[in-house]
Amino acid sequence: MDCPDKPGNDDRYECPLMTITLYDFELSGNCYKLRLLMNILNLPYEIVPVDFFPGRQHKADWFLRMNPFGQLPVLKDDDLTLSDSGAILAYLAKKYDTSGKWFPDDPAVTAEVLRWHSVADDITSTSSAARLALGYGYAFDIEKSQKGAHRIFRLMDEHLWFGEKSGRDWLCSPAHPTTADIACFPYVMLSEEGGISRQDYPALRRWTDRVRRVPGFTVMSGIFPAGRAKE
Amino acid sequence: MPKAPDQTTNDLWHVVAATEELAIGLVETTLLLDRRIALTRGLDGEPVVWLASDEENGDEIDAETVLDRLPVRTAYGYTWTCLGTPSAELFPIPEYAEADRTNMSCGSIGIHVSAPRAVENFLDMGHFPYVHTDILGSEPHTEVKEYDVEVSEERDEVLATKCKFIQPMAAKSATGAMEVEYVYRVPHPFCSVLYKSCPEDESRRDVIGIFLQPMTEETCRAHLLQSMIDSYSTVTDLRRFQQTIFGQDKPILENQYPKKLPLDPRSETPIRADKSAIAYRRWLSQKGITYGVIPQAS
Repeated sequence: MDCPDKPGNDDRYECPLMTITLYDFELSGNCYKLRLLMNILNLPYEIVPVDFFPGRQHKADWFLRMNPFGQLPVLKDDDLTLSDSGAILAYLAKKYDTSGKWFPDDPAVTAEVLRWHSVADDITSTSSAARLALGYGYAFDIEKSQKGAHRIFRLMDEHLWFGEKSGRDWLCSPAHPTTADIACFPYVMLSEEGGISRQDYPALRRWTDRVRRVPGFTVMSGIFPAGRAKE
Repeated sequence: MPKAPDQTTNDLWHVVAATEELAIGLVETTLLLDRRIALTRGLDGEPVVWLASDEENGDEIDAETVLDRLPVRTAYGYTWTCLGTPSAELFPIPEYAEADRTNMSCGSIGIHVSAPRAVENFLDMGHFPYVHTDILGSEPHTEVKEYDVEVSEERDEVLATKCKFIQPMAAKSATGAMEVEYVYRVPHPFCSVLYKSCPEDESRRDVIGIFLQPMTEETCRAHLLQSMIDSYSTVTDLRRFQQTIFGQDKPILENQYPKKLPLDPRSETPIRADKSAIAYRRWLSQKGITYGVIPQAS
């Protein structure tokens, strides 16, 4: 591996193979997005656990120096410090996905992917907010969050249903998943912890099964592997 | 209008918060047995609990000004209160006081299920390979071997002993798979404490407690305690391990139906591995607990 930081002629210097560090909380869906993509890309990384709950370490000085917004995840790649799960997904795909499929270069597809990254943030502010309120004592408006999530899920279900009819399996138009699917997946899957049932969204549920069958898929606490596909 | 809790439940000490997580001078509100209660800590660090009126979460308050207080105890890092007439004692966990243990809360997490269902899940080993795959169990080692259960008259608690299970990663301190021995205690209708072989010191046991705060009959808050022998891991590491396990249990628990625990032995079909659950259900029946359960038809 090429090591740009390798100093002069010092042969004893060992280039660290592991260059990526994820500041991570196991129960965070936004952190899980990065673990999921890195697992799919077969990318080695180290985890630094952050005690988000109950320790609130994401508001501690040492964390705020990395991300003044006080939000997980933070990812370091050598000297680069990045935050925001959607931005980091784009970075990892552009830098490490040799297939070019996860964050395609085509301008129209890039716009599509970013559009769904933005939906993913809306899922976080609704579905994840309801989960944090019910499970972790956050003072979010539960009913409003649940309603907001249902509105998004209905739109996604419709989009995915029409997609299935026209032979599109994923959120964006390419014939393969993109970071858009990864960005939207965790807080759809964790919605029931926020009291948001997915019973009325069959196409959305079929899409979550497809995501769970992507080679390299990995779980987080609260998300289980998909059953075997019907023959 | 929720029904009033039974006398036994009403007179119990109930866990309501991790004491150190209560901000001094700020109000925290929560539910206990369908009643809204408010909590804070005084400048001396001592928790104060009272029945809430119009207080909101995050309000500033001087604990000195709260005159009409509920009884309070602090034990095992947690704050306990009682809405009725409390007994003098709370169940003992003597290990908590051992100087070389790392004691910690692991978060207070709301779950949409009755407190007794959560206790029962905690007692169950059968789900380890399927729910906690590659941590607390793995296929093909799925057998729950015969174990002993008794209800201790003297201590008034359910006790399950000689529970053995092969675990790929029994604790944060584990370095490989091992056969782990568990002892489970249910010393309180809504609390359980387990003792498991400690990977770091064969002669001692790690202690993990789950204390359930019954919020309503079908919702509760799980307060997790770890009292560990582990000279390497940080509190953050140890919490992460426990939260990973609990995060796996949560959706399983929330999908149980009915959410209240049925006490009629004919209502759910037990298998041999459920021996401790059967003893627990019978013990709740004998105590006259009706809160969070579906009592046996008389």
